[in-house]
Amino acid sequence: MNASPQFRPSPGARAWNPYVAGALAGLLLVLSVYVSGKYFGASTTYVRAAGFIESAADAGRVAQMAYFAKEAPKIDWQWMFVVGIALGSLAAALASGTFRLRTVPERFAARFGHRPGLRALLAFAGGAVAMFGARLADGCPSGHGLSGTLQLAASGYVALVCFFVGGLVVARLVYGRAGR
Amino acid sequence: MELLFGLMTGIGFGILLQRAEVIRFDRQIGALLLVDMTIVKFMLTTILVGMVGVYALVDLELAKLSLKPLVLGGNVLGGLIFGAGWALLGYCPGTAGAALGEGRVDALTGMAGMLVGAAAYAEAYPSLLGGVLAWGDYGKLTLPDLFGVGHWPVIAVLVAGGALLLRFLERRGL
Repeated sequence: MNASPQFRPSPGARAWNPYVAGALAGLLLVLSVYVSGKYFGASTTYVRAAGFIESAADAGRVAQMAYFAKEAPKIDWQWMFVVGIALGSLAAALASGTFRLRTVPERFAARFGHRPGLRALLAFAGGAVAMFGARLADGCPSGHGLSGTLQLAASGYVALVCFFVGGLVVARLVYGRAGR
Repeated sequence: MELLFGLMTGIGFGILLQRAEVIRFDRQIGALLLVDMTIVKFMLTTILVGMVGVYALVDLELAKLSLKPLVLGGNVLGGLIFGAGWALLGYCPGTAGAALGEGRVDALTGMAGMLVGAAAYAEAYPSLLGGVLAWGDYGKLTLPDLFGVGHWPVIAVLVAGGALLLRFLERRGL
């Protein structure tokens, strides 16, 4: 960790070694593929969830939309996987004493100050842009970045490189040196 | 049953993501600013272990691949747009819920934004079909197909290359 004067990591229980945790995640993925034939992915779940919400307003319109015909609003393996990730994180945070309510991440505060409203707004805008991009790319860092690359899919490598190129440029523009 | 497996797999993955601290905004943005490579170490190890395991299962006919097609228009443009949004959000679709799980309330508006982004894409989809989603469509292409070799030589090269990259990161203290 760089302990620059602008940025200090928050205290808490010691993190697990990223290689050990990453290897265990790899074994979990292999187990999932063996047991249920499912590869990790997340962004399609947001399409299905958006379909549910829009169906509540106008079910007829949703039924006619091509993308919701392709990714129908239904609860499937991946939907439960995404919910499970949140629950697993909650359990791990509570068990390790690292659960803490907070509205502004440290690197954000280092650049913009403690401004929860601005952070909420930029998170919303970033979320909208990121999800539009993920659907256009046909996957996110889970679907392309992990599942695609480990299956040696050319699409996974192209998408993963582009995720980082887009991210590197915008992170430098937005957070600059203050975030470092 | 399939739903239960999904939930259990998610819980396991969520625990690993939380304890390795890779769901933190500061770590994700730290990687994009090239000062904290924790998420790269985690992802790369997951990929390399998963690659060997999945192809072993496939060779034993115990599993099938589930490939996404290479569509350069969608993959490149969508990938760059995703990256730009990711740099603002600091969480990705899989980790936003986990960030909320450990008390990061700012992930909530991020998730709301992702729902809006998904809805917007569903609106735009018909007009993209004949355009950017048709550019450079090579179908379900894999690296072994591309180089005309078997999958194990490709895996060997990627494992060796990945190990070298990780050694480089450790030496640089990232």
